[in-house]
Amino acid sequence: MAVLHINGRDVTLAAAADTPLLWVIRDHLNLTGTKYGCGMAQCGACTVLADGTPIRACVTPLDSVEGMKITTIEGLGGDHPLQQAWQRHNVPQCGYCQSGQIMAAVALLTETPKPSDEQITDAMSGNICRCGTYNRIRAAIKDAAGLGEGGPA
Amino acid sequence: MSAFKPSRRTILFGTVLAVGGGALMIGRMWPDTQKTEAALAEFGPFLRIGSDGTVTVIAKFSELGQGAQSGMAALVADELDADWSKVKVETAPADPTRFARPSFKLQITGGSASISDSWLELRRTGAAARAVLVQAAAAEWGVPVGEVSVRDGVIAHAASNRSAGFGDFITAAARLVPPAEPVLKQPADFRLIGTECATRLDAAAKSTGKAIFTQDVQLPGQLVAMVAHSPRFGGKVARFDDAAAKAVPGVVHVVAVSSGVAVVARDTYAARQGRDALVVEWDDTAAEMRSSDAIQAEYQEMAAGGREAPFAPFVTHGDAAALLGKGDKIISMDLALPFLAHATMEPMNCVAQVDGTRCRLSFGTQNHTVDQRNIAKLLGGTPEEVEIITLPAGGSFGRRSVATSDYQREAVEIARAVGGFTPVKLVWTREDDMAAGYYRPLTHHHARVALDKDGYPAAWEHRLVTASILTSTPFAAAVQEGVEKHGVEGTIDSPYLKATPAVDAKVYHPPSRIPVLWLRSVGATHTAMAMEHMVDQLARKAGIDPADYRRELYRRAGADSHLAVLELALEKSGWGTDLEPGWARGLAVHHCFGSTVANVAEVSLVDGEPRVRRVTVAVDCGIAVSPDQVRAQMEGGLMYGLSYSLFGEVKIVDGVVETTNFDTYRVLRMNEAPAVAVHILPSDKPPTGVGEPGTPVIGPAVANALLALTGKPVTALPLVRA
Repeated sequence: MAVLHINGRDVTLAAAADTPLLWVIRDHLNLTGTKYGCGMAQCGACTVLADGTPIRACVTPLDSVEGMKITTIEGLGGDHPLQQAWQRHNVPQCGYCQSGQIMAAVALLTETPKPSDEQITDAMSGNICRCGTYNRIRAAIKDAAGLGEGGPA
Repeated sequence: MSAFKPSRRTILFGTVLAVGGGALMIGRMWPDTQKTEAALAEFGPFLRIGSDGTVTVIAKFSELGQGAQSGMAALVADELDADWSKVKVETAPADPTRFARPSFKLQITGGSASISDSWLELRRTGAAARAVLVQAAAAEWGVPVGEVSVRDGVIAHAASNRSAGFGDFITAAARLVPPAEPVLKQPADFRLIGTECATRLDAAAKSTGKAIFTQDVQLPGQLVAMVAHSPRFGGKVARFDDAAAKAVPGVVHVVAVSSGVAVVARDTYAARQGRDALVVEWDDTAAEMRSSDAIQAEYQEMAAGGREAPFAPFVTHGDAAALLGKGDKIISMDLALPFLAHATMEPMNCVAQVDGTRCRLSFGTQNHTVDQRNIAKLLGGTPEEVEIITLPAGGSFGRRSVATSDYQREAVEIARAVGGFTPVKLVWTREDDMAAGYYRPLTHHHARVALDKDGYPAAWEHRLVTASILTSTPFAAAVQEGVEKHGVEGTIDSPYLKATPAVDAKVYHPPSRIPVLWLRSVGATHTAMAMEHMVDQLARKAGIDPADYRRELYRRAGADSHLAVLELALEKSGWGTDLEPGWARGLAVHHCFGSTVANVAEVSLVDGEPRVRRVTVAVDCGIAVSPDQVRAQMEGGLMYGLSYSLFGEVKIVDGVVETTNFDTYRVLRMNEAPAVAVHILPSDKPPTGVGEPGTPVIGPAVANALLALTGKPVTALPLVRA
């Protein structure tokens, strides 16, 4: 039995220690905002925060996050400034990657409240969006950071 | 017509009244199953209004990311004069009697047609409902109909200072006969259409993780299935050993299905471990053993005339052979294009429940009617027994519209074996998805063009080799005299061929054991590249600026829309002004799905790879119902097209797909995304497509910039070869 600290609560799980965190979150806890995209840390759809650091849940065994505070998209509460900015900018298209995008952006702004374009690019280039919403993601991050609504120069 | 007393606990059916060409059903009421107990009235198949004033638009086109459902809601809401904050959209159930597209007699989402097909249908729905609401209010208040106004969901009579919400009159309105020809607004009166007011209705759910995709469906008692597929197309299971798979905790069934061996488990990870533990021996007797490079070489040989193939003509005028035989100014082009994967963010999946011939599917389909028919045939039942609950798709780009219903059949076969209407969620891994085929066909273009004394095309010979998408599907009849529209579109209707006095254009669709499919913008994914890059090569040979060269050809072809977007893009991009050394602009223009798009891209070579920093887009798509969504589709379509033009290639070696995940099938990331400025040509014409037309233009724009930079034409895609 493992205990997971997730979105401010402790849950006891019957999952095996090597179970990828992604499947614990989705199948055991029914928190389906975190998505499966590639299973090999290539696309970022499964991005969650472990003690504030973005990690790829699809390649993270359950026992490796013991004692860490895990935050998923559900843990942001729905009114996070980035979630509001995402809506103002009509960022999502299919929307499947956006939980991971937002979690990566949360980590960026926590670390760097006023990121430069280059810092945004560096933080976000691990997250794939096949609908190609990259410029709106950039604009929404800048907006949430109070840097104006501009896209890339 | 008979009036009736609405009851909160019974379902009553009103009268079906003919309106225009279709039928508008008014007056069907039933109790709301929600907590509010609000009554609902249905105003035809596409609109429900609640007593609390909530306006629900029923969308017959699926939400795949293109944002069309919000645009569809705006069409109804504008004519209804609804309060946008009270407008919701709901996806229609699978029912071709109500939700088929008249032109196809199928309920299908595709061809960038959701808004253009809805333009009159949904506005009429809104206008008819508005008319009966006004009539009901006028009757209740005892005032003339002409004195009642509607604005933002409020029905008012100014003279008597009375006002009410829609909810107050839905019962009375639903008893009235709607106007046969509802009066539609003039464009000047639109309050949502053409404005920035109608935002995406799914933005909140998709920014909070609350949107439920197929991947997220969790029904009571649901099982999860994964399938071991043949590594080669056409391979069959020879034998398998499931002992180790069955020993995995959580695995409950191992089932042989026609596409392989399925492992059914209590959760996803157990299904994955169980599948990995299967030992399967494959029979490759009927399998495709060739490599993609070998297929490409064969196509090239056929296109260049070195190998006999039964080509079919698709554009023929004048005597091209005579002119190409003697001219000295002959330019030839070869262009090899690889298989492309749709690579949706959400890999293919489907939740199926089966009990005998009764079936329920929950997933993001693009092709309701075809799926219903295929599954009914598989189960020996009727299409009506196949219920589809349509969920938003995590991308599709055409992949979820398959004439064979490939992954849906797989889910149903497994659910049938499990039985008892038990929900079974078939999940494909990224690798399953990428290796499953249904690719944009590998294609080869070969062209030879003779220029006249002024440098413009006098004769154009074109040979196109591309597998047919529809042969061997129930829609094979669409392949006429050896020509499939999807293979030649963008060439058959090219203004450049129209402007050329002698044309000899032929296509051959070789049989393919590798399944192929439409991919966002379909034929244009290769024809726009071929035609636009060829034209730049011709302009270069003629010593004429590529923009001037196109102007002249569009003038000769009467291609007004091309001309208009060309001029807009040139003006906005600063075409003709200097860039820093090492940078060049590339131009391309293409028309598909009713819309014309021009791109000007600024490109450099950085470490040997094309770097695109800025793109100017001009689009003529008729009236832009939701300008921000038009921009979003131009941006997104461009990124999709840039991704496959730079990097996209499904590589097959000895019949086995090697590019099975994003480490080997490279896609565009933020660090490679250019800034994009979209300019919409003002228009008073009905709307045309935007989901696809933005995709195929960027590839040739980049190739043309590279031609300007290096002097060398592109002969093969992708532009960056891994």
